[in-house]
Amino acid sequence: METRIEVFYQKNDARAQIRLESIHSMGFSAVSSLKLADVYTFSSPGLEESDLQKCGELLSNPVLQNFIAGKPFVPSEFDYAIEIGFLPGVTDNVGNTAAETIHDFFGEKANGTRVFNSQVLFLKGNISEEDAETIANNLANSLIERIQIKSRAEFEKDGGMGVVVPLVKLDETPKAGEVSLDLSDEKLVELGKRGIENEDGTRRGPLALDLDSLNVIKNYFGELERSPTDIELESLAQTWSEHCKHTIFAAELDEIKDGLYKGRIKAATNQIRKEMGENDLCASVFSDNSGAVFFNDEFLVSDKVETHNSPSALDPFGGAITGIVGVNRDAMGFGMAAKPAVNRYGFCFADPKDKKLLYRAKNAQNPILSPERMMLGVIDGVNVGGNCSGIPTPQGFMYFDERYKGKPLVFVGTVGLIPRKVNGKNSVEKAAKPGDAVIMVGNRVGKDGVHGATFSSEALSEGSPATAVQIGDPITQKKMSDAIVKEARDLGLYNSITDNGAGGLSCSVAEMAKECDGCIVDLEKVPLKYPGMQPWEIWVSESQERMTLSVPQEKVKQFIDLMDSRGVEATVIGEFTDSGKCVVRFNGKTIVELDQDFLHDGLPKKILRTKEFARELKDASVEMPSDYNAELEAMLLRLNICSKEFVSSQYDYEVQASSVLKPLQGKGNVNADASVVRPVLDSGKGVSLSQALYPKYGDISIYDMAASAIDSAIKNLVAVGTKIEKIALLDNFCWCSSDEPERLGQLKQAVQACFDYAVTYKVPFVSGKDSMFNDFKGFDENSNPVKVSVPPTLLISSFGIMENIENAVSMDAKIAGDLIYVLGITKNELGASEYFASKGEIGKNVPKVDAKKAIALYNALLEAIEQGIVASAQPVGLGGFGVALAKKCIAGGLGAKVELGKVPSEGIDRNDFLLFSESQSRIIVTVAPENAEQFEKLLEGNDFARVGEITGGNLELIGLNGEKIVDSKIEALNEAYRKTLRGY
Amino acid sequence: MVKALVLTGYGVNCDDETAFAFRKSGAEASIVHVNDLIAKPSMLKDFGILVFPGGFSYGDDSGSGNALANKIRNKLWEPLMEFVDSKKLVIGICNGFQVISNLGLLPGFEGKYGERTVALAHNDSARYECRWVSLKGFSKKCVFTRGIDEIRLPVAHGEGKFTASDEVFAKLVENDQIVFRYAEGNDVAKGEFPFNPNGSMDDVAGICDLSGRILGLMPHPERNIFFTQQADWPLQKEILKRSKKPLPKESAGLKIFRNAVDFAKENGL
Repeated sequence: METRIEVFYQKNDARAQIRLESIHSMGFSAVSSLKLADVYTFSSPGLEESDLQKCGELLSNPVLQNFIAGKPFVPSEFDYAIEIGFLPGVTDNVGNTAAETIHDFFGEKANGTRVFNSQVLFLKGNISEEDAETIANNLANSLIERIQIKSRAEFEKDGGMGVVVPLVKLDETPKAGEVSLDLSDEKLVELGKRGIENEDGTRRGPLALDLDSLNVIKNYFGELERSPTDIELESLAQTWSEHCKHTIFAAELDEIKDGLYKGRIKAATNQIRKEMGENDLCASVFSDNSGAVFFNDEFLVSDKVETHNSPSALDPFGGAITGIVGVNRDAMGFGMAAKPAVNRYGFCFADPKDKKLLYRAKNAQNPILSPERMMLGVIDGVNVGGNCSGIPTPQGFMYFDERYKGKPLVFVGTVGLIPRKVNGKNSVEKAAKPGDAVIMVGNRVGKDGVHGATFSSEALSEGSPATAVQIGDPITQKKMSDAIVKEARDLGLYNSITDNGAGGLSCSVAEMAKECDGCIVDLEKVPLKYPGMQPWEIWVSESQERMTLSVPQEKVKQFIDLMDSRGVEATVIGEFTDSGKCVVRFNGKTIVELDQDFLHDGLPKKILRTKEFARELKDASVEMPSDYNAELEAMLLRLNICSKEFVSSQYDYEVQASSVLKPLQGKGNVNADASVVRPVLDSGKGVSLSQALYPKYGDISIYDMAASAIDSAIKNLVAVGTKIEKIALLDNFCWCSSDEPERLGQLKQAVQACFDYAVTYKVPFVSGKDSMFNDFKGFDENSNPVKVSVPPTLLISSFGIMENIENAVSMDAKIAGDLIYVLGITKNELGASEYFASKGEIGKNVPKVDAKKAIALYNALLEAIEQGIVASAQPVGLGGFGVALAKKCIAGGLGAKVELGKVPSEGIDRNDFLLFSESQSRIIVTVAPENAEQFEKLLEGNDFARVGEITGGNLELIGLNGEKIVDSKIEALNEAYRKTLRGY
Repeated sequence: MVKALVLTGYGVNCDDETAFAFRKSGAEASIVHVNDLIAKPSMLKDFGILVFPGGFSYGDDSGSGNALANKIRNKLWEPLMEFVDSKKLVIGICNGFQVISNLGLLPGFEGKYGERTVALAHNDSARYECRWVSLKGFSKKCVFTRGIDEIRLPVAHGEGKFTASDEVFAKLVENDQIVFRYAEGNDVAKGEFPFNPNGSMDDVAGICDLSGRILGLMPHPERNIFFTQQADWPLQKEILKRSKKPLPKESAGLKIFRNAVDFAKENGL
């Protein structure tokens, strides 16, 4: 039986109302009403027509909905019907749940029943068929969804939308073929760029192997006197990809023989750990899926920040949800498995109001998504991924720059919690043993996510593979996570664990096989979403929600039974060995036989050279403002400064009951720069989290851009009360055109700053990730070639351990009469500031960080916080002192009276420069008058000053010449702060 | 000792902190996977309190709480009825409220269970809302909320709009089954966002059954059991410090769990 059940609301459907509003915002105000039907398409060998009534009851709510089974729902009024459903093979969570419910109820009779979910939108209004198509294209993503449109007449003639069962049908017989490497250099390059040639002449998509690598592979197989199989070549391509091996960070770069990673980032951490000695914070650095620090005697806290830029550019929702759910697995795959405890995020987009499209092909063909769709899709992806997984998401940011139009940056991170000892052994130590079973746990494997790793190592263009798009299924992962982290781990059922991320099984199994020196896998045992996949696809597919474990043979049954009782699929797919070889068989035939040494270390080391990135800088010319009230409001309206409350409040930051300092602070709900959680409910200790980036500063100085990000990431944690020696950092380099020596020159400078400042602050990097080709190559609407490269972007994420959460300090002004202090010195450093950007200028003087001075200042403040005399602390960031003070007032619902002349400054003679300079290492603090003396004594010897007091009235600023230049109602500032992104 | 069974599995995710809140209130709390309960339903007899915690059972697919409710109805209905009939306590928080509404444990008119007459629909914003809300207590019969006239708690849900027919609603009022309403200042929220975060009918945030022993509510009391979990604790801290008062350790949500444990203790559940 193949049929449909359609569920629809009796009365109000909030989703329909919101959809209608979004159709209006597309410019189709002629659509006067919209009705939705949720469709369940059944394909069942055993169920009968008479069972449909029951199926409908199981899948609907009689209080809210009605359903029609076996015939179409026809609303009384509509002109067009648009059906949107998944393409064959795309993960359909709702359909899968419906099928499980049907099986639960009907038992054997329902065997073989498949259910597919789709939605019909019935539009009423005077629109053309073309309009309906535009609306549908705006609502659906053609990479993963199918669209069907019918006018009312067609709908009536056909008797509804018809029954479409989106099953994948693959005709090819799966087999591994040989690939000859006896090719000219030119052909080898093509092989690397476009992939292995199919029989019909099409290509399978990028291997992202360069000529040097291909020649090494050619020689290897030359010595073996055979050609590689396609799966061997794909496997090497995955393992050697920029995405997995970080070839640029590993390469010899100019005088840095050990490369940027080993010679700089890791070197800094090693040096700091040595200097810290007994006080070394680090528990595990750079060796596992996350980095970790000591939390208390019982627990470690891990952290990892990933990027998911390329997938998010193609499918923002899918890219973001698989990003966040994927990085959760970096916690689960850390040590013997950490519990995902906190999520963090960071998004870089172009202005959502920019409606001008770019195209992948000439003649305005194949448009990329608009910044607004990217933004909303990405936000929604992290919403569903984080909320459904029950992981709080308190920490994040959105940053805007037009250069993120071609490719957005999507940072996602997860803090994990793991006992220091698991079954009496150090939890960070794990090793697969020869003879252990290779077990794949979680989701099944499909064609989704084939070539994800190699694809993200290339720039986006017309040939970007659609199969690189994945759909997340957080519930499948949540079931797996609970079964492993809360049960199997503490029962001691496995020896090692890692996640299936980039490169899928080809990377996870081969990585674990390093621990024992070999593996043998039978690929036909891998559970598939649909039959007919080629062996190489199974091996490299990045289908989500999977972990690979090494399980001792005597525990295999117990492990699989446990997983089964938790609704989690677990399958033995091979065995770990000590043969020194990675062997893969398919139906008994060996199709991969690679030396472990060659697979992991055969990649030729690159030698890279840099060039200076030359640019001309000139002084900014900015007129003195005449109305500072307006100027301050204009700053609060800026995208990089305004409220992001609509994002913060759609992410559950309270789940796990760990929240201490929240993303929105004070009565006024202002986005704070740091948050604090208590991950262990019966401990008084906390984990503080922050992050910082200053991509625009890179337009002047990449070195200072990195320094500012590091200082801010530390400063933000200090302001809530985290000691410097309890802070660790993570780096995420999102670069562009990294094959150009000038871009590499910038990279070298940024990395040098990371080394210099980490070592000075004695704050170690514990983990990092890079994404080196964030470029879009395409065309504008007039077929002119366009290349949009992101500005070199370094995100520094920080996390720290707080001794006592009750000492945590929030940013909101607390009580009228409190004194306001500015800590740190304000200099003429407005280059690449938000203020200059608001005037269309860049300027020359970017903020420089004096770390030694900052350390002394921060330590003095920390002492005051420990003594309990700091009422609020707001770090100064984008928009400078004026914006930070305004935010503090909005958050507290209080006013302030401040004399700018008292703010410690150097080389500034203009009110606007004093207000909006973004000089680093500054914090605004409020203190109760009775604590003033004590506070000032503690801060003695540092640059700081009392500049005014908190009031119950307006924000009043007295300018340098003694005149009142700002007298703003807090409500007016609040209104400006919220206006720009209101409506989202 | 009072024993609470906290149900988990299939995407339930507030099990740990809810069990923690019960333990802190003096109960022995066990987190039990629904499949383990299905395998051995007799274990339910050992418990005095059954807890449906928050989360995303089955990812809200086919309606929030619907798929898990179907599973329980298919596999656990009889032991569940036995539990309820022996006058024991049941609480459903957030997704748990959605589950027990779909199961028809609420509203339980005339002591009959199983019919779906109340529902939690999509929020009016059609978006997940995580925010702190003020609640006013109404029901005098609900054993969980005795002595709570007002309380602040966080909500975090996409489908929390309480919906019922006018007849059902009138009966709920008549029977004193409305437990919490969203509030603004001293008054109910009158539907106004964000005080009423989802558009619930008459600002209803939680209801109980006729007996007062089964409670369903959208807000999360287990997320407000410590002083430092409150949204405004940094401000409260400053005010307390300046009047030389010590900082409390606990917070208002704990009372809901304490009430349950005390009632169970008094009645030998």
